[in-house]
Amino acid sequence: MSDFTSNFWSYFISFIVIGGIIGCLALLLMTSKVKQMSDTDNTTGHVYDEDIVEMNNPLPRWWMWLFIITCVFGAAYLIIYPGLGIYKGTAGWTSINQYEQEVAETKKKIAPIYAKFAAMKPEDVAQDSKAMAIGERLFMNNCSQCHGSDARGSRGFPNLTDNDWLYGGSPEKIKETITLGRHGMMPPMAAALGSAEDVKNVANYVLSLSGSMYHSGRAGLGQQKFAICAACHGADGKGNQAIGAPNLTDNVWLHGAGEAAIIKRINEGKDNQMPAQGERLTEEQIHVLTAYIWRFSNLPDSQKPDNQANTK
Amino acid sequence: MTVSQQKSKKVIPIISDPNQEKFVSLYEAQKKVYPRSISGYFHQWRWITIWITQIVFYGMPWLEWGNRQALLLDISTHRFYIFGLVLYPQDLVFLVVLLVIAALALFLFTAVAGRLWCGFSCPQSVYTEIFLWIERKIEGDRAARIKLDSKALSFEKIYKKWLKHAAWITFSMWTGFTFLGYFTPIREISDSILHFHLSPWETFWICFYGFATYGNAGFLREQVCKYMCPYARFQSAMFDKDTLIVTYDEERGEPRSGRSRKVDAKEAGLGDCIDCSLCVQVCPVGIDIRDGLQYECISCGLCVDACDSIMDKMNYPRGLVRFSTQNGVSHHWSKHEIIQKILRPRVLIYTGLLVLLCVGFAVSLGMRTPFKVDVIRDRGVLSRLVEGGNVENVYRLQITNATEATQTYHISATGLDGLTIASQNEFTVNAADSRMVAIGLQIPDGSIKSGSHPINFEIKALGLNEAITEKSIFYMSR
Repeated sequence: MSDFTSNFWSYFISFIVIGGIIGCLALLLMTSKVKQMSDTDNTTGHVYDEDIVEMNNPLPRWWMWLFIITCVFGAAYLIIYPGLGIYKGTAGWTSINQYEQEVAETKKKIAPIYAKFAAMKPEDVAQDSKAMAIGERLFMNNCSQCHGSDARGSRGFPNLTDNDWLYGGSPEKIKETITLGRHGMMPPMAAALGSAEDVKNVANYVLSLSGSMYHSGRAGLGQQKFAICAACHGADGKGNQAIGAPNLTDNVWLHGAGEAAIIKRINEGKDNQMPAQGERLTEEQIHVLTAYIWRFSNLPDSQKPDNQANTK
Repeated sequence: MTVSQQKSKKVIPIISDPNQEKFVSLYEAQKKVYPRSISGYFHQWRWITIWITQIVFYGMPWLEWGNRQALLLDISTHRFYIFGLVLYPQDLVFLVVLLVIAALALFLFTAVAGRLWCGFSCPQSVYTEIFLWIERKIEGDRAARIKLDSKALSFEKIYKKWLKHAAWITFSMWTGFTFLGYFTPIREISDSILHFHLSPWETFWICFYGFATYGNAGFLREQVCKYMCPYARFQSAMFDKDTLIVTYDEERGEPRSGRSRKVDAKEAGLGDCIDCSLCVQVCPVGIDIRDGLQYECISCGLCVDACDSIMDKMNYPRGLVRFSTQNGVSHHWSKHEIIQKILRPRVLIYTGLLVLLCVGFAVSLGMRTPFKVDVIRDRGVLSRLVEGGNVENVYRLQITNATEATQTYHISATGLDGLTIASQNEFTVNAADSRMVAIGLQIPDGSIKSGSHPINFEIKALGLNEAITEKSIFYMSR
């Protein structure tokens, strides 16, 4: 799609380019014959500083042919590829479809490496040191920007090593999370709960669920209002993995710990997204990544990834 | 460039009609040069250097070092293997220094010995000479070749030309194949060729380099030296009056003329040059050295051999055309005096710089730590509060192992009191491989003031007892 409202610039460019190529060839033709200035030697006839003369040596003919070949090549290129304004070229090349082609070729090239692991269950892939070396590199290149180089996350980015899951920690669920991404939405609940005092009471009740410090009086009052929260977070506050409602009893605070942070969440709600990786990574790569992530929470020495060395 | 001098031959001028203007074409078809073969001292030396350079070029890719090729410039995996060295893209500075050394060596060599590189070891000259040798073997020497080219097409002509081009093409393909062997293991390529599964790109490059060899050495030859090579053009800036060049002793040789052997040249008032034009016939770039030094001259010395052979036959002393210096010829210096002049300021300065650079290069290459580390602090995690009341920062260390054995690296951090490593700190990295590892550093909350603090990582290669220090920062949250 052209960025311009009229085709003037397209014609302008085409005219200049074609005119330039024709002009170069014309120049070659016009200067091919020259009047011989002097009968006796190969000079232009001018003499400078008493004895410096200017030679007029002819160019080699192969040079002339190379020049012509260059012009022909240029013309052919401009017919096949886009270059003359908005003319698309006979080959239909665009940088987007070149990119798509390269992605497809790369996927074909790396497929054999992953083929072996694609047939294995994630639990077994997690035990394969070669697969885990690949997983480490995939993780470092794709996931660590949000989840941290050590996968322990930070505020707003889940810790992948604590065996505490918003959407489920089975290999299938992990794979689903990576492939499709996640979008967690908590609406602002302050209006539903009542006044600011009510919000503070509920916050203290939530604190009481996880064994944190809380004001017991307020917590009692808050418990009565908690039914409104239970719709998503469950009557026992253990969360709902089907919709990504966090478990409030696990003492894992993704969006900040303490009364003030909880009050803020109730007042403002939360909209947290993980982008889908399904378009960027192949299924087989996600399979290996799933095993890598699963391993953090499920294998005893998962914090020591060094048994991945010597994988040649 | 000297102006053409007065010829001693008698010329009957053709007077052209002053009213008729003459037009000449500015694009001239090249006149083919048919160098005549000659034997002699310099011809012998040319072939010695040809043998040496080609044995090195064609032989090097076949050398092995352990379980790999000794010299392999593996562009696809970004590693250069040069015998025991593994070089990464980060070592590009060595290539730069190498290029500067090459340039200085060029200036030094040219100041002293002129264009001996051109005539004796430049690939263009070497391959031209090899192709000429093939051509001579099939088509004959100069006179026979000129005759063959002027004849009409016949069975003999077709068969000879075909044979010559077939030989040239075979040689060119072998050259292309060898050249590719510097970038992809040559034994793999030969295996692919024998089993007909050479990849499209490999086929392309072999044909490309082969075609370049065939075109340059079979057809273009001296046109490269005359029109394309920058060395020919800037030699005038690198020469001085004490540079070794091919000279024609004009004083001794003029006036030139043919004469019978019985005539005494001095008595007849003739110069030593008998105008046999043998020096012109043997010249591979097709010039007449008697016109003086020209930019086309590649200092191959064949005209010296030619003239010496004629001088021998005439019982005149050798050296009418000889390697000398401009000062040497004009001041009639002896060989000893010419050689003395080599130690002049320009040469000494080039030599000094060159020695300094070479020593520096060798020392830095020898003392190079065989691994590299890059520390990148996780930016998404400014700092983290963890159990135990510690504040944690996460870092990613990329460790590249530039040796050819698996190494174990131990990581420690210094710069703040109470700084500890809260993750695994010993890692192994495979040979010529690189690996990214995550390191977490912890410090008790509040023990340092908030903000960023400079710290150091020390990474030690346990097997080699060498260490690298990399700096980073630790961020304490407010």
